[in-house]
Amino acid sequence: MSTAEVVIVGAGPAGLSAAIELRRRGAGRVIVYERELQPGGIPRHTDHLGYGIRDLHRITTGPRYAADLTRSAERVGVEIEVGRTVRSFRNGDVSSTGPEGPTTVQAGAVVLATGVRERPRSARLVPGDRPAGVLTTGALQQFAAADQRVGSRAVVIGAEHVSFSAVLTLTHSGCQVAAMVTPLPRHQTYAPLRLATATRHRVPIHTGVDIREIIGRTRVEAVMLTDGRLIECDTVVFTGDWIPDHELARHGGLPMLPAAKCPVVDSCWRTEQRRVFAIGNLTHPAEAADVCALDARAAASHVIDWLTLQQWPNAVAPIRVDAPILWAAPTSRGVTLRVSEFVKARIVGRRGGDIIHRTKRVEWIPNRAIHLPARQVTSLGLEFSGCSTIPASNHQ
Amino acid sequence: MTDLFDVAIIGGGVVGCAVARHLSHNQLSVALIEARNDVGAGTSKANTAILHTGFDAVPGSIESRLVARGYQLLRAYAPTVGISIEETGAVLVAWDDEQAANLPTLVDKAVTNGYHQTQLIDATTVREMEPHLGDGITGGMLVPGEHLIDPWSTPIAFATEAVANGCRLVTDLQVVELEVGPDVTRLIGADGREVLTRFVVNAAGLHGDLVHRLFGFDGFTIRPRRGELIVFDKLARPLLGRTILPVPTSHTKGVLIAPTVFGNIMVGPTADDVDDKNATGSTRAGLDNLLRKGYRILPALLEEEVTAVYAGLRAATEHSDYQIEWDAGARYVCLGGIRSTGLTSSMGLAEEASTMLSTALTITPKPADQRHLIRLAPLGEFGERPYQRGGTVLCHCERVTAEEIDAALAAPLPARDLDGLRRRTRVLAGRCQGFYCSAAVCGRAAAASNRPISEWIGLA
Repeated sequence: MSTAEVVIVGAGPAGLSAAIELRRRGAGRVIVYERELQPGGIPRHTDHLGYGIRDLHRITTGPRYAADLTRSAERVGVEIEVGRTVRSFRNGDVSSTGPEGPTTVQAGAVVLATGVRERPRSARLVPGDRPAGVLTTGALQQFAAADQRVGSRAVVIGAEHVSFSAVLTLTHSGCQVAAMVTPLPRHQTYAPLRLATATRHRVPIHTGVDIREIIGRTRVEAVMLTDGRLIECDTVVFTGDWIPDHELARHGGLPMLPAAKCPVVDSCWRTEQRRVFAIGNLTHPAEAADVCALDARAAASHVIDWLTLQQWPNAVAPIRVDAPILWAAPTSRGVTLRVSEFVKARIVGRRGGDIIHRTKRVEWIPNRAIHLPARQVTSLGLEFSGCSTIPASNHQ
Repeated sequence: MTDLFDVAIIGGGVVGCAVARHLSHNQLSVALIEARNDVGAGTSKANTAILHTGFDAVPGSIESRLVARGYQLLRAYAPTVGISIEETGAVLVAWDDEQAANLPTLVDKAVTNGYHQTQLIDATTVREMEPHLGDGITGGMLVPGEHLIDPWSTPIAFATEAVANGCRLVTDLQVVELEVGPDVTRLIGADGREVLTRFVVNAAGLHGDLVHRLFGFDGFTIRPRRGELIVFDKLARPLLGRTILPVPTSHTKGVLIAPTVFGNIMVGPTADDVDDKNATGSTRAGLDNLLRKGYRILPALLEEEVTAVYAGLRAATEHSDYQIEWDAGARYVCLGGIRSTGLTSSMGLAEEASTMLSTALTITPKPADQRHLIRLAPLGEFGERPYQRGGTVLCHCERVTAEEIDAALAAPLPARDLDGLRRRTRVLAGRCQGFYCSAAVCGRAAAASNRPISEWIGLA
């Protein structure tokens, strides 16, 4: 059996950044397995600016970012193997299959960086017939990257950052956007982004209402909303509602964080299993590519520590959270968390019984990354002064 | 089409395909006529995917006899052509005293139906066999012979074998009119195309009553019974060893939870009488009902993701039994009212149709050296899959290779659209529903089929 110092699963921003940093810190053979035929992950298909800001200190497009990371990895001697699907990693024996058949490599450390996807229509249990024209932002972006229009009139389900990204992709590809739909009382993105879609593309957002049913036999004809409204369209794009691609992690027996469905990691990205790390959006669905890249770099130093010292904690406990906080997970600069509703409060971080972090009292927005510079917290909760959550009617 | 066929089969569902396969091994000219663009694309693709022993059929019914016969035939046939089956067995689980009290009568019923392997087991044994089941079990009955089966490959295998043996497959032809002459019946399609044939087998499924009326007969009306099903993620598969069946009682109709040959867990079906023969949409009420029942039976499902939701229509009639008829004057066999058991009974029904035809038509088997056998790539999760030997995986959730997609488009019965490709390869049937691979799959299909990608994404 061949050996490697580190095997990384997934050549997205996290996997590639970890590989580069490992080699820079003197790691021996570093292999990155990628099941797709090109390395780079999701940014390959997102041809707009916004990449590289926090990790490369410049601003670039998704495809360029992916290509840059790949080139950097190759330059420092990372072995990227595309078209290989990893099936197991028991005791560091990483078994994979690819065009040339199955192989197994013995790894000193295994880093899972398998990323994240959007829940499709079926996972959201949206009833109706099953016509063509129903997709996710991920699929939409791939068609757009191939210059393939997906329809002529779309309804976008969701109103978070990625939903607006989907609106822009649709309109650029010549598909009109009839509406955005969110069950929350307001959109969840930055005001300028919302303003741009409202004025330039005249996209209405239907808030406080959800999709009830998809109508159409062979091709989408309309969506019905929970308030009975019917919107004619030939395309429905389900956006956000992230779930990690955790199949390999679960098959490997790693315990999952409730709600987020990520493998539980400590602040060094160590999982419950000796020598197995998990990084990137597999551990926090979902963050921007540069956040994942910075995590990965930080994690690389802990991988080196493990390879050198061979020390592993006895137990890895998840960060405990109180509702309406959904989950929290470590990042290179502290923790990232999500709330399930619009809420005005202080977020309080504890380590054991001691309060080690307390934010200002501001409004927190669901579906948006909330970063706290609070490493080492073991639990997070909200602190209200007087009243609890703000009623939805105040947010219209 | 001026050829005169000996037999034309109306309907390319699992039953029609089985009949076509059976007849194609004889010295006959056979046509298989399907209204859609592919075989097995209607009711046959959306069922519970179980090969039934027939233990709970109505004793003495035609259905009972043909399910038992079809079970034996299909169980033997499936492995020879690459239709995945798994003998997991099933357990009927009683959740209250009334259900438990009903179990002994079901054992007797099974015996009357010729099935002797059922076994009553107590609640503790049920729990030992299926430790993830919810609380409140009062008893159980084991049916070891129940199988899981790949419902997609079954009609495709039948039709592929039929075509390999000379059967003419005519797709996109919906028979809307017919004329029964003294020797020849003229079938007229909605687009004006005609098929001339001496004998006709009605295997039109949901539309069987309409075809029956075109012949001037009456006697049954199809009232579709919709069954909604929820397919859970493959990560849920270890929760279950075998199919969990409900115990029928006088006033409740439970749902079953079954593994699938594709490695998922399925919950369903609902049973709603509907008027529309195209009402294959799922409903909020139906899905909520299934989830509620599913979580009670297998609580750990709550933690798992749903991979797919679909609804199928059973060709139910006002009668409790199949509507099998032979009319010598019209040279016509009717295989009507084949409800949810059609997948299991299909090969039995084919024998039955052949026997009926043979009273007026000479059916002589072809010599052995003129019989063509076929082999499909098995789609089951627990055999060896092509990617394990080496290949370029395009669909990662279902691990379907580019080579499999190419093969499905170059097959004698090639996939015509994404749904056909899904039923031949499992592509896009997985948990991400195309998040990762739909562009790559459509691109590959477009290249392999020499048709524009827009047709593959449904924009044609």
